[in-house]
Formats: sequence, structure tokens, C-alpha cells
Amino acid sequence: MGNGSALRKAGIAVGALLILVWCLLPVAWIISLSFKSQESITNGSPGFFPADGGFAGWDNYVAAWENDQFRRAIFNSIGISLIATLLSVIVATLAAYAIARLEFKGKKLVLTTALAIAMFPVVSLVGPLFDLWRAIGLYDTWPGLIIPYMSFTLPLAIWTLSAFFREIPWEMEQAAQVDGATSWQAFRKVIVPLAAPGVFTAAILTFFFAWNDFVFGISLTSTEAARPIPASLSFFVGADPFNRPASLLAAGAVIATIPIIVIVLVFQRKIVAGLTSGAVKG
Amino acid sequence: MAGIQMKNIVKKYGDGFPAVNDVSIDIADGEFVILVGPSGCGKSTLLRMIVGLEDITSGDMVIGEKRVNDLAPRDRNLAMVFQNYALYPHLTVYENIAFPLRLAGASDADVDAKVREASATLELDEHLDRKPGNLSGGQRQRVAMGRAIVRDADAFLFDEPLSNLDAKLRGQMRTEIARLQKKLGITTVYVTHDQTEAMTLGDRVAVLKRGVLQQLASPRELYENPGNLFVAGFIGSPPMNFLPAEVDGTKVQLPFGTVEIPADRAEKVAGRGLLIAGIRPGAFEDASLVDEAKAPTGSTFRAKVEVVEWLGNETYAYLPFEAPPEVQKQLEQLEKDLDGDQLRTQLVISLDGASRVREGDEAEIWVDTSQMHLFDPATGENLTVDRTRAGRIPELDGPATRTTA
Ligand SMILES: Nc1ncnc2c1ncn2[C@@H]1O[C@H](COP(=O)(O)OP(=O)(O)O)[C@@H](O)[C@H]1O
Ligand SMILES: [Mg+2]
Repeated sequence: MGNGSALRKAGIAVGALLILVWCLLPVAWIISLSFKSQESITNGSPGFFPADGGFAGWDNYVAAWENDQFRRAIFNSIGISLIATLLSVIVATLAAYAIARLEFKGKKLVLTTALAIAMFPVVSLVGPLFDLWRAIGLYDTWPGLIIPYMSFTLPLAIWTLSAFFREIPWEMEQAAQVDGATSWQAFRKVIVPLAAPGVFTAAILTFFFAWNDFVFGISLTSTEAARPIPASLSFFVGADPFNRPASLLAAGAVIATIPIIVIVLVFQRKIVAGLTSGAVKG
Repeated sequence: MAGIQMKNIVKKYGDGFPAVNDVSIDIADGEFVILVGPSGCGKSTLLRMIVGLEDITSGDMVIGEKRVNDLAPRDRNLAMVFQNYALYPHLTVYENIAFPLRLAGASDADVDAKVREASATLELDEHLDRKPGNLSGGQRQRVAMGRAIVRDADAFLFDEPLSNLDAKLRGQMRTEIARLQKKLGITTVYVTHDQTEAMTLGDRVAVLKRGVLQQLASPRELYENPGNLFVAGFIGSPPMNFLPAEVDGTKVQLPFGTVEIPADRAEKVAGRGLLIAGIRPGAFEDASLVDEAKAPTGSTFRAKVEVVEWLGNETYAYLPFEAPPEVQKQLEQLEKDLDGDQLRTQLVISLDGASRVREGDEAEIWVDTSQMHLFDPATGENLTVDRTRAGRIPELDGPATRTTA
């Protein structure tokens, strides 16, 4: 018995290590790349550590940061993603609550439509949206990106959240109402806190989608007024158009990853806190 | 504080089935009333209509002087303890108890004083900072009560509050609730399917069967003067025995022999033919152990004892008998109504622990016939009920009180 469990532990450790290496190797490589000088890359520097004389220190980071367009893109990305996430989560929470709690005609329709939208290929919408946004003046603006981000993240958020709401016993809410709460107070003070893990899961998913989007970002913007990071990175061109500044791009990519890591760490604690306070009876 | 009046309350769910049917109960200010009945009889529905969580199909719900049919739960100022406690898992015990006060906008100082008073009463002081998920069943139960008593509610409503606790804790909490209600003197409606709780807690007990009020009376009245077969079979443990009986004057022919009943009872059932006799297990005694003085109030008969269970202070003996089909059918229906599954017709009698009756013996048994009731096998109505000491029996009040169709 002891032998078997030891073997199992070792197996789990090896498996976890494999997955970690698999996931983190590209990240590590980007970090390595971002510390190499442009010349050494052009000349060929295949090693993980920079070749002699090829170490660029923080030069690439400073250069990326000093690029006005890139700084502006970071601001755009953070702003657009946060607003899209906030709106999406609010709307999804209300919608999911209604779906979980109320019996109304067309509930199935709402849910299937939502699912259909989530499965819709993003690319197919770019053309029509481009035309539409130009016509109504949303092209190259923040709302011009926030709206499509919301429509693609809402369905998943609604599904996730309504599953969470369904798990919360009706009695919680009824108890709150008997205790003197209005429906809105019961929702805000009892239901939402209990669904917090779901709310934060939905928030993370939405934020990821918005933050990582490239297709909308490149197609629906033309200037730094709204261009997000992924699109902006594609405008990093050095002196030689046939030789992209890989190390600069790498530094930009690393900078773009930092907010995501911060957000995941913050939200993750909320998710864990929510999950452990869940027990109702027993 | 306030009384609660239910007038001809009807509740029909979506499928049109009346879960509560024309129930009228008048609860005085400060009274402790129990709603009891087998599972599915509409107790919770009735309670939830009082508190406002369920719409009332027809009838009037009056709390204090005010008709509350159309008021939201929060405007009725009632406190409720749910079966699963419904504590807020994300809040500490302190905040759970404080919740109604915070909603009412009480000041922090006020909240603190009241929460600490409630927690002292319920001995929750050392748990105030814990979350409900980490508490035992009994502690959660007390938190739920704390949340109820912390506000100045007009009435307490309990929905099977003890059904999730183990037997020992249930006994403790039962006395706790009784003590608390006495101390606070607040009108209380308490739903249970446990007849020990019904008998020990309530000033009055309302027995429901399939949404219809059967009898509303004090526990003693219910026990001694059940209005019909259903109430007789539901109240008392072990339950009342039902035997086929043929009455001739003051003589009653039972499967085990003939016994004498008091003249006043005999008069009420004269000329009724085949009846069902109801005798509580405690009305029997080993004939050799009966006081000389008591013996004349009853009769003796000889019967074969099949099984004996000796419990020290008392002995249960089981005596099988055959019932004619008319009676048999009614008894089977009764078992169904009572959620029971006892298919054999047997007499259960409780004898003194000193009794030497053995399994297989032909024993001489004495029965106190002054406590025997006789029921109409067709309607289940108790023909020998003493109406002056049986509380209210809507069925016998006739259609006069019924105003709704
Ligand atoms: N929401 C509902 N919809 C339809 N029928 C219901 C609903 N709630 C309860 N009932 C029915 O009403 C009857 C009484 O239920 P309930 O009041 O919960 O019984 P009890 O609490 O006495 O066990 C049952 O037959 C039950 O099936
Ligand atoms: Mg119930």
C-alpha cells in the first residue's frame, strides 16, 4: 500500500513537471529572447542564454517602453479589457440570475442563442462589423472593441454563472427576504457573495478573451486611439522591414503578460476564498 | 407581538391540487401552536403562506389587526427558522445573527448589544467569529434561532427545525425552544411531523391531513378525545389500536371477547352495528397486576400473546387478530394516510414491567374501557368524542363555517 502510494506521488510529480515544462518553455524562451541584442539574433544566437556580447540587459524593455504607440496600446488594452469585463460580468450576473430563478417563456431560446453565439466564428463578423462601425462612427474607438468583446464573452459568462446560481439553495434568498431584505438586497448581500467564485471565473474568462484578442484589435482600429497590445505589437517594425525586431517584440510580449499575471493572482485568491466558504448544510 | 388569524385559507399550486384546503386557525397573541401531520399534508405550505413566501389562493391571513395577504415577507415582521437553517455561509455567526438588524438600519452599537444578548442566551459566545460551515448541526440550529430572536418579530415560525439533528440533540433543542418561547412570550407557529414535539411543545396542536384541518386542540384533548380515526391513529406512540367492534347495549364484542363500556358512551353508538373500537396500548394491563379499586372500571379477557418486548419499566405485548373486510379496508386506508406500512392486524398493549406474561401464553388481560373510543367505519368519525373537551373539529362543525367554494 505504502509502496503504491509513493509510486503514485512520484507519477503525479513527473506528470506535473512535464506539463509545466510544456507550458512554460515558450514563455521562458520569450524571456530569454527579450534579453538578447537585436544584432546577436540577426547573426544567429540559438542558445537559451545569450552568446558572448549578445546580452542586451534591459535595453529592449526600455526601447519598447519608450515607444509612445506601445505605451498607449497598453493603456488601451487595460482600459478596454477592464470595461468589457466589468460590463460583461454585470450583465451576465443579472441575466444568469433571471435564468436560474425565474420561469419565463423563451428561456431555452435565450440559452441556445447564447451558446450559438459563443460558437460563432469570430472572423466571420469582422467584415460586417468593420462596415457597420465605419458607418456609425464606432470604428477606431474603445466602444468599438468593447461591444464585440462583450458579445463573445457574455454567453460563456451567462452559462457559467447560471450554473453557480442554480447551486445556491432558494432558502438562502427566502431567509433574507424574511429577515427584511428586498429582492435586490437579497440578491446583492446573499446571492452575489455566494456566487463570487462564479463571478470571478466569468471575469477571468472575459478578461482573457479581451486581452488576447488580435483579430478585432487589428481590424477595427487604425490609430493608437484604440489599438490594443496584440495589434500594436504587429506594428513593431525596425529599420529593415524584412527583418522584424524579434527581441523588441519579445520584450513587448513580456510586458503585455505582466498585467495578466497580476490579475490572475488577484482573482485566484477570490475564487479560492469563495469556494471554501460555500458549505450550507451537513 | 401579535396574534395570527387564518380564515378559510386555500392554496392551490400550478396543477390545481389544493395543498391547503379551507384551513381556519385562530392563534392568540403569545400562543405556541403546532402544525402537525404526515409528510406532504401541507404544513410547510401553510407556514410559508403565513410568512409570505407563498401566495395565498384564497382566504384571509390576518396578523395583529392587519390583513397581510398582499404584503411581502419583509413587511410582515415575522422571524422564521428553516429546516436546513438557511444560514448565510459567507458571513460569520455574528454577522448572520446581525443580518436582520443591519437590514433594518440599526446602529453598530445597537447591533452589537442585541447580537451579544442573543448569543449569550443561546450560548454561542465563543463561536461568534466562526463561519457556519465549521459549526456542528446543533450550533447551526442555535445560530438560526439567534437570527430569529435578535429582532423584535411579531411571531416566530419554525419549519421542522429539529429534523436534521440526532435524537439526543433533538431532545435538548426541544426543551431549549420551549424555554425560549416561554421566556420571550412570542406567538409561535411550529411545523413538525414528529408527534413527540407536537405533544410536548404546543399549547394547541393543529392536525392536518391532505391539506384539511382535522382537529385543533390541546395535546391532552387530542390524545383523550381524537375527533376521527386519523387523529386517533396519528397522535400517540405506540399508536392507538383499532379493532372491529359490535355494540349491543353496553356490551362491546371485540375479537378477544366481550367488554363492558360506560352507559354514556354506549348511548352515543346505540344501533350502529359494526364499528371500529380505538383503545390506546396504555389502557391495557396484566389482569393480575390491576388494583382492586381500579378493576371495576374495565373488563378482562383472555388472549394468546404472540410476541413480548420487555423494556424494564414496561412490557409491550403483541396479539394478532382477524378483522372483517369492511374494517380491514378502512384500516388499510388509515395506514396509508398515516404514512405507515403495518399490514398486519395486531393488538399492541403496554403492560407493567412486572408482568410475567410470556410469548405463547394465554394471558388474562384487563382493559380500561372508560378510555375506549368507537369510530364509524365508513366516515372515520369518532362517535364517542366528548365535544366539550376535544377543541375544534372542523369536520363536525358542519358546512356553516365554510364560506369559500
Ligand atoms: N412548489 C410546489 N408546486 C407544486 N406542488 C407543491 C409545491 N410545494 C409543495 N407542493 C405540494 O403540496 C403538498 C404539501 O406540501 P408541503 O406543504 O411541503 O407538505 P409538508 O410540509 O406537510 O410535508 C404536497 O402534496 C406537495 O407535493
Ligand atoms: Mg415540509
